[in-house]
Amino acid sequence: MSFPWANQYKPKNPLMVYLDQKLPLPRFVYNAIGGGYPVPRNLNYAWNFGVLAGFCLVLQIVTGVILAMHYAANSMIAFDSVEHIMRDVNWGWMLRYAHANGASAFFVVVYIHIFRGFFYSSYKAPREMIWLLGVVIFLLMMATAFMGYVLPWGQMSFWGAKVITGLFSAIPLVGEPLQQWLLGGFAPDNAALNRFFSLHFLLPFVIAAVIILHIWALHIPGSSNPTGVEIKTESDTVPFHPYYTAKDGFGLGVFLLIYCTFVFFLPNQLGHPDNYIPANAMSTPAHIVPEWYFWPFYAILRSFTVDFLFIPAKLMGVLAMFSAILVWFFLPWLDTSPVRSGHYRPLFRKFWYLLVIDTLILGYCGGSPAETKYVLISQIAASYYFLHFLVILPVVSSIEKPLPLPFSITEAVLGTDAVTA
Amino acid sequence: MAELLKAEGTIDAPADVSHDGVRRRDFINIAAVSFAGVGGIAVLVPLISQMSASADVLAESSTEIDISAIGAGQAIKAIWRKQPVFVRNLTPVEIAEADKVDPKTLRDPQTLEQRTMPGKTNWLITMGVCTHLGCVPLGAGQGEVKGEFGGYFCPCHGSVYDTAARIRKGPAPKNLEVPPYKFTSDTVVQIG
Repeated sequence: MSFPWANQYKPKNPLMVYLDQKLPLPRFVYNAIGGGYPVPRNLNYAWNFGVLAGFCLVLQIVTGVILAMHYAANSMIAFDSVEHIMRDVNWGWMLRYAHANGASAFFVVVYIHIFRGFFYSSYKAPREMIWLLGVVIFLLMMATAFMGYVLPWGQMSFWGAKVITGLFSAIPLVGEPLQQWLLGGFAPDNAALNRFFSLHFLLPFVIAAVIILHIWALHIPGSSNPTGVEIKTESDTVPFHPYYTAKDGFGLGVFLLIYCTFVFFLPNQLGHPDNYIPANAMSTPAHIVPEWYFWPFYAILRSFTVDFLFIPAKLMGVLAMFSAILVWFFLPWLDTSPVRSGHYRPLFRKFWYLLVIDTLILGYCGGSPAETKYVLISQIAASYYFLHFLVILPVVSSIEKPLPLPFSITEAVLGTDAVTA
Repeated sequence: MAELLKAEGTIDAPADVSHDGVRRRDFINIAAVSFAGVGGIAVLVPLISQMSASADVLAESSTEIDISAIGAGQAIKAIWRKQPVFVRNLTPVEIAEADKVDPKTLRDPQTLEQRTMPGKTNWLITMGVCTHLGCVPLGAGQGEVKGEFGGYFCPCHGSVYDTAARIRKGPAPKNLEVPPYKFTSDTVVQIG
């Protein structure tokens, strides 16, 4: 994409002129995230999180590749090799804490990115493909994070692997053979650890590839914006560089402050002490929970306690858990309102806040023990979660009377659309 | 396509169309792609089957256990296929309790007799793997909680098993699995 007024890449340095003729990579970058990409002038800080997510991926790949130089993917010594990284490898403790907390940071950033998309209906035409690719990225992230958590081969690693692959055993007929195929054995062991390590190394690069598609698809219609009104003229935009590189740079600084607080002062706050106990196939920790970023989905999994018609409770839970994410694929067609931004949709906005609260409740229950009261709350919250996407969104879209939209982005910013402004 | 056809047929060598209307080049094309396709699919077989349990994993699939030291009311955890197996010597009270239940009322209807060897009803041998999501239930070790039905209790998601290791309460769909085993003597059991 390019708007007709987009800045053109004009290299002055003879070397860059030469390079532009042979391999126009700098031109590509300039048009993608440089001065050649016109962006709405009214983006708020909610729009920082795409760049932050990209930063997190780079952070995870850099720290991860280094950790792989010191880690040994063998069930006999994996746990010890992680302790070796923590105690003996120069700066190993920092790299590992940076990687472990980097995963959490990545999910925080991506969850905000996703809920930004919910609020501003970023999934609506003409940006459906960006949204669909985003959901694919999220699924890949979940798989990568899960397999990464198995690698230290502590108690939580082992039992996490057992329970999550156990989900597949709920599938009728092929479930058990499928689980054995995934694990390469009857329980998690060396075969499973090795393949998880291999895939944990591979998938981030697959994610990087899908992110390229995600950004490619973004550059066709251009970025959305807080009013949801499309770009009309040049006065609606500013070049990505220096305007948003500066704004994203500031956001990155704030992000790093919070992230470093965790890495250096609370490195195990988001982890589980049980994972510092070596894996033991004979004993399950009393309270097994996944990492916090899976809690909302774990709560949905656990909220099915009785058989539903002919479907066993276990299978229902698994189906519901996957559906909780797969339903996002249908969002562009479930929300039929022509207005994008939640700022101009009073009723939709209230339900957005309810969805945020509902997801937080699910997360809290997912991290709590499987006691009756938490299961009951999960059941209510899980029902509401699906109600929101499958019923509330379509109904709200049809009955809501949106507020009047500004004529243009410029008018929304300056109060007038005079071209001289 | 029209140009392609023209390019293939000339006055000297007319386009090669056999009497049933199949051009030689189309036949070669379809045959070559089909052959390559079958070959490509065949390559998937090793690529997929390498993931399944390897020979050494399968080779460890038999275990012998000496049960002579297990007194009535006691249980041990053994290892089979790298998973725990519970070997439990039931007391007459526990057997009576299991027999008291009408199997028709159970989620996974089975009697204690169906879950043990004839004449050795007191030896309850089951996997120590909860049928819900695979945690190890409590109840086999000394002093562990046995749950309200006196059998096993899974702390992960609260499944409760009775003295015949049958599911009585909680999310698990099945009774604790009975592995294939045989008594090689009165005091030795071979599992697998």
